[in-house]
Amino acid sequence: MKIKELWHRLGSPRWFFYYSGAWVRFFGVFALILLSVGFVWGLLFAPPEQYQGNSFRIFYIHLPAAILCQSLYLAMGVGGFVLYVWRMKLADILIAACLPLGMSLTVLALFTGAVWGKPTWGTWWEWDGRIVSTTVLLFLYIGIFAIREAISDSELRGKASGLVAMVGMINIPIIKYSVDWWTTLHQPATFTLTEKPAMPIEMWLPALVMVIGFYFFAAHNVLTRMRAEILRREAKTAWVKKLAVKMV
Amino acid sequence: MGSVWVREWRAVVRNRSAIINPVAFVFLGVLLFNLGSRSYEESFDGSALGMLWVLVLIANLLALDSTFRRDFESGLLEQIFVSAEVPFLILFLKVLMQWMTTGFLISLLSPLLALLMGVPYELLGNTFVALLIGTPTLSFLGAIGASLTVGMGRGGALLALLVLPLYIPVLIFGVDVSQSQSIALTEISSLYWLFFISLASLTLAPFAILLGLKISLAMD
Amino acid sequence: MLKLTDLVVLRDEARLFQPLNATLEAGGCVELLGPNGSGKSTLLRTMIGLHDQYEGTYECPDCFYQGHKLGLDDLMNPIENLEWFLGLEGSSFDEDSARKALARVNMVEYALVPCSRMSQGQKRRVSMVRWILSKRLAWILDEPFTLLDATGVRLVNELIQEKCEAGGLVVCATHLPLQVQEKKSIQLEALSGSQV
Repeated sequence: MKIKELWHRLGSPRWFFYYSGAWVRFFGVFALILLSVGFVWGLLFAPPEQYQGNSFRIFYIHLPAAILCQSLYLAMGVGGFVLYVWRMKLADILIAACLPLGMSLTVLALFTGAVWGKPTWGTWWEWDGRIVSTTVLLFLYIGIFAIREAISDSELRGKASGLVAMVGMINIPIIKYSVDWWTTLHQPATFTLTEKPAMPIEMWLPALVMVIGFYFFAAHNVLTRMRAEILRREAKTAWVKKLAVKMV
Repeated sequence: MGSVWVREWRAVVRNRSAIINPVAFVFLGVLLFNLGSRSYEESFDGSALGMLWVLVLIANLLALDSTFRRDFESGLLEQIFVSAEVPFLILFLKVLMQWMTTGFLISLLSPLLALLMGVPYELLGNTFVALLIGTPTLSFLGAIGASLTVGMGRGGALLALLVLPLYIPVLIFGVDVSQSQSIALTEISSLYWLFFISLASLTLAPFAILLGLKISLAMD
Repeated sequence: MLKLTDLVVLRDEARLFQPLNATLEAGGCVELLGPNGSGKSTLLRTMIGLHDQYEGTYECPDCFYQGHKLGLDDLMNPIENLEWFLGLEGSSFDEDSARKALARVNMVEYALVPCSRMSQGQKRRVSMVRWILSKRLAWILDEPFTLLDATGVRLVNELIQEKCEAGGLVVCATHLPLQVQEKKSIQLEALSGSQV
């Protein structure tokens, strides 16, 4: 299906609901597989780090959580942009769906970072560039949540949260590049697209598995929430009623 | 455009409390800080500058709601959107005026304020420059938040939640510039950052403000 | 020229009334009638672009709008308010014509009195001056008769009549029927039919 056609079809929540059904199952199954494999591999079978020993293993949760919380925010920002330019209701549903997981993963990233930091660098928390900007990310999430709660009109709510999401996007490059601009606690990026990672393959392969597994999980979670919201919004239409009857 | 600026000026001049409140707040904060900190040592540990900046941030926050509220409630804002040829420019002037009555005034008074906080003489100049360059960002980014909450009654806490995360980079760079020992300003990298953020927010924020006000007007 | 085609205004994704079809040429006048809550104000706000949720299409020229909020700054006097308003529209401000217009609405003695010291009815008279001085072709008025005494009501009708005779367009949401020579009526009924 051509991109343009796909784009227009996305304007219909009903079409999206049917189209995403297969994807939800696909992402769910593979997320389960990848996460179990990655978890076991990282926690049990990957070699311990040279200086940190086994406390390094929390990296296998910390890294994907940190990557995902930024990606989910980017998704919300893009959703906001789509909402404004193409006026697609699905974009508002996307923003609402990314919010809970995004918030939880940001908290998880900060928490696992603190747990990792204590035995490794002797401190629970430092105000370094990346930690501060990730905390800012958490507050941006909370801000979008708060503004959604404050507005009852669904279209205005979508526009307001889209606007806040877009304005907050400036924070993402700050998080990403803060480790290059300031050197305090975090080291410069280990993984780039162009160079070989500074880590041996037995260590970064399980990390890669975990990251992909987290992405799949996020896709599954977001799609499920979107589908539930579509059903809720379109509850009075004929196609939803038929679906309900079929399920009973 | 002249008549627009004239009107903004009149609105400020005849509404004295709008100017006095933020400045009075900062002075009050300085007083509280001095009374509250238990050590009367002469040594300056840098936290005083940070506290001053935080006070400036909060003073700005308190003054934000009034940026659009009077015009929203009197219907002037609607008129701007319906009748004006270029609403963008009018909003820009409005926020600029808000800066002049808060951030700009505070920057002018900052040498005095910093002295009262126990900041040594050498840092007063840097503090002044940092505040002068950093406070427009506070007004413009804050106006984005104000544009969204103006339709919602007095959403004070929501405004703070939306705006303070955006203020944090300004705080970090601003304090860094203020604390820099080097006299040559051109050597402080944080100053360039502050300048860049200021320019970016001045040019880009009005678009977001426009969108935010449209949302607030539609909520009416 | 004003044209509405199958226009339905939505609030929170709910339709407020049946689709509207209407055309208005220069010199025409429409009164929008309907009970409270039927969506008159929202329809007017949609036509000038302050409200964004609707189905169907509409064409509306650049209008002068007066909503429930008058749009007068309390801290300034009428002359200053008019100066600001005309600057907004891009017209030149001429104090003489402003005073003449104020005299038309019987408010010239208050020309330099801050609006905060006026009663609501007096403020409404001052806002009528803007109708006269605005360069826009069309007027969109939301409940212009509110809080006006009998003279005020007559004044509103006169001004609308003159505007239509001069080739302008007036759309007026009102509970009180307009006393003008030629007018169309649109009756909005909440969630049921609406006829022109």
